[in-house]
Amino acid sequence: MIKLFSLKQQKKDGEAAPRAGNQKKASAAQLRITKDIHELNLPKTCIVDFPDPDDLLNFKLIIYPDEGFYRGGRFTFSFKVGQMYPHEPPKVKCETPVYHPNIDLEGNVCLNILREDWKPVLTINSIIYGLQYLFLEPNPEDPLNKEAAEVLQNNRRLFEQNVQKAMRGGYVGSVYFDRCLK
Amino acid sequence: MGLGGPYGTCLSRLNTTQLMLSNDDRSAVADCKNSQKAAVDSTNIIRRWQNIQKILRRAGPFCHPDFDVGQNTFEFLRKVKVLVIGAGGLGCEILKNLAMMGFGNLHIIDMDTIDLSNLNRQFLFRLKDVGRPKAEVAAEFIRKRVANCNVKPYYMKIQDLDQEFYRSFNLIVCGLDSISARRWVNGMLLSILTCDGMDNEIDVSSVIPMVDGGTEGFKGNLRVILPGLTPCIDCTIDLYPPQTTYPLCTLANTPRLPEHCVEYVKLVLWPKENPWDKNAPLDGDDPMHISWVYEKSMERAYQYGITGLNYRLVQGIVKNIIPAVASTNATIAAACVTEAFKLVTNCCLPLSNQMIFNDVDGIYCYSYTMDMKEDCVSCSNHAKNLEVKSSMTLNDLIKHLCENPSYQFDSPAVMAYVEGRLKTLYMPNIPSIEAATRVNLKKSLAELGLQHKSEIAVADKTSPSTVTFSLLFISAK
Repeated sequence: MIKLFSLKQQKKDGEAAPRAGNQKKASAAQLRITKDIHELNLPKTCIVDFPDPDDLLNFKLIIYPDEGFYRGGRFTFSFKVGQMYPHEPPKVKCETPVYHPNIDLEGNVCLNILREDWKPVLTINSIIYGLQYLFLEPNPEDPLNKEAAEVLQNNRRLFEQNVQKAMRGGYVGSVYFDRCLK
Repeated sequence: MGLGGPYGTCLSRLNTTQLMLSNDDRSAVADCKNSQKAAVDSTNIIRRWQNIQKILRRAGPFCHPDFDVGQNTFEFLRKVKVLVIGAGGLGCEILKNLAMMGFGNLHIIDMDTIDLSNLNRQFLFRLKDVGRPKAEVAAEFIRKRVANCNVKPYYMKIQDLDQEFYRSFNLIVCGLDSISARRWVNGMLLSILTCDGMDNEIDVSSVIPMVDGGTEGFKGNLRVILPGLTPCIDCTIDLYPPQTTYPLCTLANTPRLPEHCVEYVKLVLWPKENPWDKNAPLDGDDPMHISWVYEKSMERAYQYGITGLNYRLVQGIVKNIIPAVASTNATIAAACVTEAFKLVTNCCLPLSNQMIFNDVDGIYCYSYTMDMKEDCVSCSNHAKNLEVKSSMTLNDLIKHLCENPSYQFDSPAVMAYVEGRLKTLYMPNIPSIEAATRVNLKKSLAELGLQHKSEIAVADKTSPSTVTFSLLFISAK
């Protein structure tokens, strides 16, 4: 039986028990993300970039699709991992303007595991594979960019042309896209 | 001897103690303008702890085997240092209960100020207090009402206080409303744990118990956590229901519920179109912000023919308000303080280790024992001691971790807290980080800024979670 308090054990302000220096400890989120990042197993079309190697909670993912509509493009995503990770998913935004049914012009991404289907057993690796899949198989059923989704559904050929136009840098309808071919 | 004997002694001893009461108490008594009231009050002071004394002066079959029957335990109760986190619905109840049960050294922290809508249940506050810090008003109220109870308020965030502060407490009672705050307190208490020698057993004197209450409407729960010894918040984090989220595409294209409209405005329109600063965070306490979100949500609801949207709903979603029921708070707070009392006095075995309460439909109450999660990132992970020499290079250390029969790591990544921030010392598998940290391999631990008792975090595929070590520098011989 654990007895926690002996009656003599009275704590006073400033009276430090064995001091561990003033080091802080890594938070649960930091410990977990260290593991996630260290064990990334990236497809060959993806690279990750850490502007600050000491800060594993904020980084960029660059996807270079090598097949599908978006072949030859270069798409950058920003990842912001909060202190609630992995209880809450990271915040992911697409920083490259892209003509895509599941990514809107503000860079919001509609990927189930980034919101409603997130589970703590998933990892950064799962999200990266999910994002890569969006470029291989854009999904017109769950649109964020409704116009792009309609074009994809009704006229695949036109969709392909629009994607090419956008990636080369130019207007699709009234929207201008920056060049993002690598 | 019968009942009269010990009872009499108890009373007479109490009388003497009361006669030697501090100036605080005398001034509290003197404050009363009505002398008749003063007389009643002083009798109250003498009588106040009679019932508590009855519990502490008798042994019984449910007592902790180490229960110390007698006055010592009561005196310990008067001075044991307790921190109450949160002075809201639960916090007010907890503070009142602690004070009325004889705890005499209370500290309360809360970052909020009093809102008009708090007054129906946060009974330590009055209309004149609206706008003032909750912690301060609560402390004043208790000090005034319960003579000789010292309450010290802290009007700040829990994160504003350091390990030194938290380490000074014997016990922590939480009445919080968010999971992230619970995790933070949990992490703090785990970081205070120390190990005994090289066998890496937890030093029990470094354990600060946490009694955690929580309520939502008619439901509540209570946990007794002995950090490092019983399941912690992160062991069972999966039990908290996730926040309701809606698929972004539904919000954007096929909203059906009033909630969808509000979420859309909050997520998509606010950052783009709010008439304030582009980067201004949406502030749920700013009526202008809420009105803006309300108008935009109404427009959207109208566009999609959705009904049932109103100002209160918008406010509720933006502020993430959960309904509060005063009786649930009272029930859970009573259970929390009973546990606090049991832990401190040993007069009864504490709850092992969770209780749930639900009076939505009839009354249901159940307590059960949860297990620790073996690979919990937070608590399975109290730093293991590792003897090293300060002259060792990082490369030597990594080699040591790979060759040491108890660890046998394969290709570990190493992080450490140096000068107050987390640094990546080496991470072999990510090319850009590897290139940036390669230079560290040749540096000695001292050169890297590591000190005796510094902690390092090591991730490796051979272990299910990141392992932390506390470096013990041994003299190089």
